[in-house]
Amino acid sequence: MKRALPILGNIAVLLAGLAILFGLPAFAETYVIINATIFASFAILALSLALIWGYAGILSFGQAAFFGLGGYTYAVAAINFGDTTGAAALAIALPALFAALLGYFMFWGRISDVYLGVITLTVSLILYRFVNQTAGEEWNIGEAPLGGFNGIPGTPILTWPGRPGEQLAPENIFSLAVGLLILVYFGCKALLATRFGRIVVAIRENETRVALLGYDTRLYKLAIFVVGGALGGLSGLMFANSVFVSPTMFSLPVSGQIIIWVIIGGLGTLIGPVVGCILMQILTNWLGTLNQVPGFGWVDPNLVLGVILVVFVLVVPKGLTALVTDAWRWIVTHLSPREREVAPPVEPDRAYPSPSLSPLPRGEGHERRATAESAS
Amino acid sequence: MDYAAILALQISSAVASLVLISLGLAVIFGMMRVINLAHGEFLMLGGYAAITAYNNGVNLWLAMLLVAPLTVGLFGIVVERLIIRHLYGRMIDTMLATWGLSLAMIGFVTVVFGNTVSGISAPLGSLTIGAYRTGAYELFLIVVALVLLAAGWLVLRYTRLGLIARGTMQNAAMASALGVSPSLVYAVTFGVGAALTGLVGGLLAPLSGVVPTIGAAYIAKAFITVISGGAAILSGTAIASGLLGTINTAMTFAFTPVLGEVALLVAAVILLRILPQGITGRFFQRSL
Repeated sequence: MKRALPILGNIAVLLAGLAILFGLPAFAETYVIINATIFASFAILALSLALIWGYAGILSFGQAAFFGLGGYTYAVAAINFGDTTGAAALAIALPALFAALLGYFMFWGRISDVYLGVITLTVSLILYRFVNQTAGEEWNIGEAPLGGFNGIPGTPILTWPGRPGEQLAPENIFSLAVGLLILVYFGCKALLATRFGRIVVAIRENETRVALLGYDTRLYKLAIFVVGGALGGLSGLMFANSVFVSPTMFSLPVSGQIIIWVIIGGLGTLIGPVVGCILMQILTNWLGTLNQVPGFGWVDPNLVLGVILVVFVLVVPKGLTALVTDAWRWIVTHLSPREREVAPPVEPDRAYPSPSLSPLPRGEGHERRATAESAS
Repeated sequence: MDYAAILALQISSAVASLVLISLGLAVIFGMMRVINLAHGEFLMLGGYAAITAYNNGVNLWLAMLLVAPLTVGLFGIVVERLIIRHLYGRMIDTMLATWGLSLAMIGFVTVVFGNTVSGISAPLGSLTIGAYRTGAYELFLIVVALVLLAAGWLVLRYTRLGLIARGTMQNAAMASALGVSPSLVYAVTFGVGAALTGLVGGLLAPLSGVVPTIGAAYIAKAFITVISGGAAILSGTAIASGLLGTINTAMTFAFTPVLGEVALLVAAVILLRILPQGITGRFFQRSL
C-alpha cells in the first residue's frame, strides 16, 4: 500500500496534466489560454531549478540567464532563418552550451555552493545589463535587431515543422507548452531514477563520499547543470512564443521568482515547484489587478514576494509539499487506529521512498559544509 | 601627460568606488560568514536617507555622513535581530532570507517614494587638468575610501574592540569561552557593516541619483569584489578592487562601459577558477 503511493501520485499528476492539456482549451477564453501558456513555460523553468537545486544541491541564483538566453536565441535565429524548427533546437542547445562553459569554471574551480550562487547571480545580472543596452543598428544580429530595453516585440511564433509561414495558433502553443511540461516532469523523474540520477542525488548528500567511491563528481554536477540550462532555454523558448523576448527575462526579479517557487513548493520535490510556481503566478497576477483598484496602490508585488520568501525561509523552510505530506501523515496516524500500530515515528521505507517524496534534509548538508568552511 | 593623469584618476576613482560599495559587505561576510543579498538595497536606503534628510533642510554633508549611516545602521541591527540571527550557520538560508528582504525593501521603497529617480547635485564643483575636467567630488570619494580602509585597519589592529572582533572571527567558540558574547559581537558587526553601507549609499547618491532598483547596479560588483578578495576583510577588498577596477576602467576606455563590466566579471570568474578561496586565500593570508 505504502509502496504504491509514489505510483498513485505519478498517475494523479499525469491525469491532472492531461485534464488541463485537453480540458482547458474546450471552455477557456484565449486570454486564459495565453496566461496558462505562460504559467506552463514558467513551470518548466521551476522544474529546471528544482532539478539542479533540489536534487543536485547546486543553487543557481541565475537560472534566468538560461531562460533569457533561450528566448533570445530563438527570436534571433527565427528571424534570420525564417524557419522556426531549427531556431527552437538552437534555443535549447545554446543555453546548454553556455551552462557547460559556466559550469566548467565553477565546478572545476571547486567553488563552494555559496560562491556558486553569487557567480550565477552576477552572470545573469551582467547579461541583463548587456542586453539592456543593445539598442541601435550596431547590435543587429543578421536581420534581427536586439532592441535594447524594448526587446524584440516581433518575436516570430513557432510554425508547423516543414511548413514555414503556417503559424501555430495560441491553442496549439498552449498544448505544446503543457505537453512539454508533462514530458519534462516525467523526464526529470525518469532521469533521477537512472544510475546517473542516483549518483547526482548522492553528491547532494555527501560529495566527498561519492568522490571517494571513484566518481568524478565535477562531471556529474556539470552534466545535471547542463540539463538544467537546457530546460531553462526550453522554458525561455515557450515564453517567447506566448509573450515576446525582452531584457526583463534576465532580470533579478525573474531569478528571484524561480527560487521563491522552489522554496514555497518544496525543495527536493518536482511537483512542489510546479505547484508553487502556479500559485505564485496566480497571486502576482491578482496583486497586479488589485493595484488598479483605488486604495490598494500600496500593494507592490516585490514587497509581497519578498515578505513571503522571508517568512517561508524562517517558518516553513521545507515548503508546502512537506507541509501537506506532514499534515496527511498526521491525519493518517491519528485517525486510523490500524495505521497507528504499524507506523513508528520514522518508517524505514517512508524515510527514503522515492526522490519525489524525500524532502532534502535541509540544513544538514549545508550546515556541515558551512561550519567546515567557517572553521577553515 | 594630461591624458595619463586623467586615466590614472579614472582608475583610482573606479577602484575607490569598488572599495566603497563592497566594504560593508566585506565586513559582514568576513566577520560573520553571512552573505547579505540585501546589500544593494542597504546602499539604496542610505541614498534615500541622505536625500530625504537634505530635502528636509539638513545640511548636505550632515545628511550624507551622519543621517545615512545612522539610519541604515539601526535598520541593520533590527534586521539582524529579527531575521539573520535565526539563520546563523545556514549560509544558503541566510542568502535566501536576505534576498527576500531585498525584494521587500525594493517594494516598500517603491510604494513610499515612487519608481522615479531622486537626486541631489554633487557638491565641490569641478577640477581642471590640462584640457580635461573632472568632478572634485570624485577625488573626495577616493580620499574617503582611503580613510575608511585606514580607519578599519587601525580599529582592527589596535583597539580592544578590534581584538574582540578578530578573535570572534577566528574562533567564535573560544571567544565565547573567554567571556565575549558572540551574539552581541555579531549584532554590532552587522550594524557596523550596515552603517558603512549606508554611509556609502549616502555618498554615492549625488553621483548616481537613487531609484528603488538601484541596488542591482551595485550588488554584482560588490559580491564579485568581496569574493575575489577572499577572507581578509580590508586587504582582500583593497587588492580585489585594485585589480578589478583597473581592468574595468581599461576596458571601458578601450571599448564601452558595458564591455568594461563584462570584462570585470570574466576576470573575476577566471580568478576564482585559479584561486577558489580568493586572493587572500593564497597570498597575504595573515593580513587583515
